[in-house]
Amino acid sequence: MTMIDCVENRLLTSRRGLLLGGASFAAWAYLPKFARAADGRDPRLVVVILRGALDGLATVAPLGDPDYAGLHGSIALTADGAHPAIMLDSFFGLHPAMPEFARMYRDKHAAVVHAVATPYRDRSHFDGQDVLESGYAGPGRVQSGWLNRALETLPRGELVSSGLAVGPTTPLVLRGNAPTVGWAPVALPQADEDTAMRLVELYRHRDPALAAALSQGLRLDKAAGGDDMKPKGGNQAAQMRQVARGAAKLMAADDGPRIAALAFDGWDTHANEGGPVGRLAFLLGGLDGALAEFENELGPRWRDSVVVVVTEFGRTARINGTDGTDHGTGTIALLAGGAVKGGRIIADWPGLKLANLHEGRDLKPTTDLRSVIKGVLQDQFSLSDRVLAETVFPDSAGARPMKGLIV
Amino acid sequence: MARDSQAALVALNRFGFGARGGASGDLINAASDPRGFVKAELTRPSGVLLEAPGLQSTPQLGQAVFAYQDQVRQAREAAKETAKETAKAAAPAETPLPAPADQKPALRRNLSLNAAAEISGQMADAKPAETTVKPETMQPNVTAPQSAKPAPQPLNVIQKTFRAEALARLQRATLAECGFTERLVVFWSNHFCISASKGELARIWAGAFEREAIRPHVLGRFADMLKAVEQHPAMLFFLDNQQSLGPDSRAGQNRKRGLNENLAREILELHTLGVGGGYTQDDVTSLARIITGWTFAGRQGQLGPPGSFVFNANAHQPGSQILLGKIYEPAGLARGEAALADIARHPSTANFIATKFVRHFVADDPPPSLVARLRDIFVRTDGDLKAMATALVDSEEAWRAPLTKMRSPYEFLVASGRLLARVPEDPSRYLNGLNLLGQPLWSPAGPNGFPDSNAAWAAPEGMKLRLDIAAQIGSRLGSNIDPLDLLEFAAADAASIETRRTVERAESRQQALALLLMSPEMQRR
Repeated sequence: MTMIDCVENRLLTSRRGLLLGGASFAAWAYLPKFARAADGRDPRLVVVILRGALDGLATVAPLGDPDYAGLHGSIALTADGAHPAIMLDSFFGLHPAMPEFARMYRDKHAAVVHAVATPYRDRSHFDGQDVLESGYAGPGRVQSGWLNRALETLPRGELVSSGLAVGPTTPLVLRGNAPTVGWAPVALPQADEDTAMRLVELYRHRDPALAAALSQGLRLDKAAGGDDMKPKGGNQAAQMRQVARGAAKLMAADDGPRIAALAFDGWDTHANEGGPVGRLAFLLGGLDGALAEFENELGPRWRDSVVVVVTEFGRTARINGTDGTDHGTGTIALLAGGAVKGGRIIADWPGLKLANLHEGRDLKPTTDLRSVIKGVLQDQFSLSDRVLAETVFPDSAGARPMKGLIV
Repeated sequence: MARDSQAALVALNRFGFGARGGASGDLINAASDPRGFVKAELTRPSGVLLEAPGLQSTPQLGQAVFAYQDQVRQAREAAKETAKETAKAAAPAETPLPAPADQKPALRRNLSLNAAAEISGQMADAKPAETTVKPETMQPNVTAPQSAKPAPQPLNVIQKTFRAEALARLQRATLAECGFTERLVVFWSNHFCISASKGELARIWAGAFEREAIRPHVLGRFADMLKAVEQHPAMLFFLDNQQSLGPDSRAGQNRKRGLNENLAREILELHTLGVGGGYTQDDVTSLARIITGWTFAGRQGQLGPPGSFVFNANAHQPGSQILLGKIYEPAGLARGEAALADIARHPSTANFIATKFVRHFVADDPPPSLVARLRDIFVRTDGDLKAMATALVDSEEAWRAPLTKMRSPYEFLVASGRLLARVPEDPSRYLNGLNLLGQPLWSPAGPNGFPDSNAAWAAPEGMKLRLDIAAQIGSRLGSNIDPLDLLEFAAADAASIETRRTVERAESRQQALALLLMSPEMQRR
């Protein structure tokens, strides 16, 4: 039996059992309640993985960079117009679909790290997600994630939670020896619009009869929903909020889990990405809503909480021929929560001149995402440099924990 | 021998249930000797039989239903008594509603709810967490336990049996090396279908019917299968022959009821000669008379062990009968058996069966040359079904024809489970999926069985629901698999470039798995 089987079995036998849905959530059962007994804080950490590679340049846009508007073309954000970007400082503007994050940022409870990347430099989603979640320097079939290994190194303290039910599967980042439990909203998951469109495209080339049938089936489905204009993804944003709300409620309990990981799908914007409005805007709105749900539902716990939003890699700086972006490298990480020393953009900005782009196409990463995560783990849970460099992120001594991310 | 992945695809998908994942090596084995791979299963006739611990015979199951029905009746009567007393004790003048009337439907509703759940598969086997945790109760359930909701009803013996039979069949289909014989079982089971939704006896017997009347003959003679099917209590119940009385029989003369032509008509129209196969209404009536008295022993067991096939001479029509131009006498059980044997040998039967067989395995428009060859073999071998299956596999047409047939929902779900190398331990997901996709297990809408055409299974709503199911499987299992490995198992270099790219470029393993399961390589056979 593999490790995964073990984890799944534990999930199935847990009290709350099952979960379904486009997002999964997991947390580990017991964690020292007073990890920071010194100052009486009871820290919480949520890791949100955006699968599909978020366009960091479209989310937190370097409006001050003279090359940005040209590269991002028709989907570039602007500081004015009908849907202006929300200026975070004189250089970076936030996507207008994220007013909640902007508010947190103004209140100094949110921060952006820009031009970050994991050590992975190729462009496969699967491998990129493996590196992001495993915490290893390169791809490979690893069966444990950095968040789980971080949990394992924590001193075993008071039992604070008997378990939390989960989603379809535990994300790799939380898989490993430390036990996890899970939860997810019970809803019949439907295939999302993106998956459906990819399949229609495949059928168009290989099996026109199935393309016609499926397209018609999808249209019928929309018509039945009485919502012909909006993509079915309409549910997707609501789902993100729902998942966040449920997870936050569980984490807010006195004996609730302190650490959670969840994943949102759908960020692979090869075509019709949209600018201030459109598909990406829609997804970012869902993410923004999810962050607000965490803030609301965690209540007083929000003060000691950090939500870290990460993605496997970024997208090309230049838009492609279908008003989208292809797989790239440098992107952003978002931090939100009362414990975040916010109101700032942390970036060693490489610039978007052709010569400065990674392989002439992607935002060049100047910050190692592991440093960001290590910094959060260290400040929240007092993990040592050595544990972080050897156990949590093996062979990562070169990526020093970033200091001062947490209040 | 050279590896031929395209032929392996035909071997596994057209004839079987698709390649298994994991370390099975199915695709490689099939590629090195495609015909041999398919035919290997035909040489193991005992492998067609299905024996699993706990699966019972038709009489045993019939008795279980009778006992269950007695229990329910007693419970209902007890409840009625209690209600009467309660009403008497507490009847205020202004409540004119009689309590017993109130009570009885309530009880019945509970029972039928249970049955409906089994039919729709919605809650029949859901784990407690699945049924009790609703979206709106996603608060920490520690403080809001399930006590607010009624506990799920325990399954009754009928539901339990149905699920056990379904599980045994699914496990066999998942584990088979190629699955050709299991595909043959499904084909014949659909040809001679009953519907589990006919009633409690049909539901509890559905699996046993297939095990007892279909499986032993799938590689045997058509005439033997025909006899076993038409004498099986499940079929006699499904097509009402247990109620049919010869008008001139002793029982027919004593009672108002008489002949029921249902089974006789379907034998001629659906099971043997086919529509336009050269029979008339008179033939239907004759056959109906000939098989009067074919029934099963009831709960009293007067004619035999309850739930077993019996010939009730009291209900049998006396006198000679003319069927398809031939005179049948004397009266008795043997007369019907002789009639079936003749019908099984009829040229129309050979033609009807050969056409349907090729249509199922090869194409909606079956190649006439292949149909003709199989028909001739059927005639020459006196309906040797193994010879017919072998000839199909030996034919050039079956290997040359493009893979255009749409997998039925059952084939799709089984193929997915095989590829993911997951042996089902609980039939729920399969039963739910089959219900959703319009192929509820052993429950076709009519005696003509489930459709067997692309038009039926590649319909718009069906495709959309298939995608939803694939996405569900993807989100549940995708994170633990390498979708490109699975593509190798499923099709190797017979996979199209487009499918390969689509899987490679998916944004997550979950999505990749959903797309792989929906790819033409997995949908067409």
